[in-house]
Amino acid sequence: MYQYDQYDQAMVDARVEEFRDQARRRLEGKLTEDQFKPLRLMNGLYLQLHAYMLRVAIPYGTLNSRQMTVLGDIADKYDRGYGHFTTRQNIQYNWIKLEDAADILADLAKVEMHAIQTSGNCIRNISSDHFAGATHDEIIDPRPYAELMRQWSSFHPEFTYLPRKFKICVIASEKDRAAMRLHDIGIQIVKNADGEVGARFFVGGGMGRTPMVAPMIRDFVPLDQLITYAEACLRVYNRYGRRDNKYKARIKILVHELGKEEYTRQVEEEFAHLLEQGVEPPHEELARIAKHFGDPAFEDGPKTVDRSDPDFALWVDRNSHRHKHDAYVSAVISLKPVGGIPGDATGEQIRIMARLAKQYSFDELRIMHTQNVVLPHVKIADLHALWTELDAAGLGAPNMDTIEDMIACPGLDYCALANARSIPLAQRISERFDASGKTEKLGELKLKISGCINACGHHHAGHIGILGVDKKGVENYQLSLGGSEAEDVSLAKITGPGFTEDGVIEALETVTDVYLERKEGEERFLDTYRRIGMEPFKEALYG
Amino acid sequence: MVEQPATDLGTSPDDVQFRFRDDEMVDHATVTVDACCDQTNATAVRIEPGDDTRVLLPFLDRLALVEVNFPSFADGRGYSAARILREAGYTGELRAVGDVLIDQLSHMRRCGFDSFAPDKPLDEEDAARAFATWENVYQHAFDTHGGKRHTIIEKRHG
Repeated sequence: MYQYDQYDQAMVDARVEEFRDQARRRLEGKLTEDQFKPLRLMNGLYLQLHAYMLRVAIPYGTLNSRQMTVLGDIADKYDRGYGHFTTRQNIQYNWIKLEDAADILADLAKVEMHAIQTSGNCIRNISSDHFAGATHDEIIDPRPYAELMRQWSSFHPEFTYLPRKFKICVIASEKDRAAMRLHDIGIQIVKNADGEVGARFFVGGGMGRTPMVAPMIRDFVPLDQLITYAEACLRVYNRYGRRDNKYKARIKILVHELGKEEYTRQVEEEFAHLLEQGVEPPHEELARIAKHFGDPAFEDGPKTVDRSDPDFALWVDRNSHRHKHDAYVSAVISLKPVGGIPGDATGEQIRIMARLAKQYSFDELRIMHTQNVVLPHVKIADLHALWTELDAAGLGAPNMDTIEDMIACPGLDYCALANARSIPLAQRISERFDASGKTEKLGELKLKISGCINACGHHHAGHIGILGVDKKGVENYQLSLGGSEAEDVSLAKITGPGFTEDGVIEALETVTDVYLERKEGEERFLDTYRRIGMEPFKEALYG
Repeated sequence: MVEQPATDLGTSPDDVQFRFRDDEMVDHATVTVDACCDQTNATAVRIEPGDDTRVLLPFLDRLALVEVNFPSFADGRGYSAARILREAGYTGELRAVGDVLIDQLSHMRRCGFDSFAPDKPLDEEDAARAFATWENVYQHAFDTHGGKRHTIIEKRHG
């Protein structure tokens, strides 16, 4: 994986000092809170309901065991012993003191980490496929391109005060495991008919209160023009994105209001101009970065596991992903134990995952946007030993992509924006579906829960989505069906009137019963919904 | 043709706190972008965030001063305006005016601003530190154009 050179290190060190200076000026009263706020946000520091929250960047979700260990130590030293992995493949700490923030950033900088641009109206952490460089089905490892974009977008002088936050995703497979088309810019690396590798650009996707699937605006950008094209997309947005209304300021609204054709025309014009300006990094830089992402020394070995232990066999079936080398798999560590808080891990668990990565996965880990952790390169021969250790640490839940593997935002338990709690609901659902054994019958079913319309829990993209709202001072939950963040991307539709907390759990039982009754062959919930439509579900819920 | 009231618009040389040019400061009346396109003798113009900077490109030769107004520091359109002017070859003074604060100075410099007239004077020491914060930069902008300054990536590859 990528390692900093002296320049990368100098940049994060300079940032720590800059932040110390900003915090000093805030304390001295030279900066008002309004002036300080965007500065602390660009260093990942939010003010939440009860305390400050610090969000640490994990570029394209890749990190090594040393970095992971420090994340565990920070949880113990500065937080209440927990870290929370997020849908941006980052980690956040919910109980931070402002006076500790600069020290935490300094601890992070020692292991090539930072909280730069994890918030604020700037280009955020670049996300990518959590199986990148390991999976059997990709064209090329997308992470060198993501790293190139990380550098380009870090402290970009023109794009630090955008109309609104800006999220970029880079993948290189037909399978979309990163919700690519729900980003402000989604980049899919593809091969054209001549076998050349280039980038498809999708612009203007997003969730939030106005969910949109990004349309494709260019089917092939040569890879030696990638940065230039992205810069053109951003410049048009920076100049013409709406700033009169925060809720209409994302690029999706600009693309929607201008129309895809007009936005594309403006981007192409800007692109032609910027090509003359020579803003693209030279090819040698991409080659330098790519060297960091070479394959580890894979060895041949057994290609199957001993399935005599049914618990182990179930975990392998559920939580492993096919690797490009047939003696390896990528192993998913679920952070969704039954009744747990989705995405939470203790400091000790984080350090255990770090140790296991070093022992079994060439020192590498990935964070998934579904709030789980991946050991990307595990020898099939080592799987049983790995699972045994994970299980002992409470990290062996065999539930990837099941209803228990839900995304849930922090909700009203932490978040100042939330209207309803997400976590207790998530906990009750996983307990109930696990106890009844229904989880297994339902198979792949992506449930996503948001505690308000900002949609941090991706409810628009859930096969089943739950949105918490405030109804005259009482928490109320709307149910939606038919969303997907994958290559078959779609936005979920609301079933009808909302439910109480108890009621929405019953409603989940009802709609999953309809699926089990109506399913044909190997259909997933989503497939059945798409075939039979909303009516039968509505009828069962409200009829 | 409508005459612009000179006193209502634009900063005077006295308002300029930081300047990175050796030439004499001009003290012309500054006109709006619309007026600048109509008045063939206008030599100083003020760009507001909603203006299309590119309408000025045919007139760059006669301009000695362009002010870019930041009514709020959080409105980043002025950064694009600055780069667009510099990319088009504008060599005159490019002045950031309005809600110009310490923590935006280095990015403004990178985009091509070479003078600064903040609404509220800034602490000189803090400003000096801010201008010097970033010894290295990743991406191209006006300051790296034509090899004046090398990006990290250029330094890596000699």
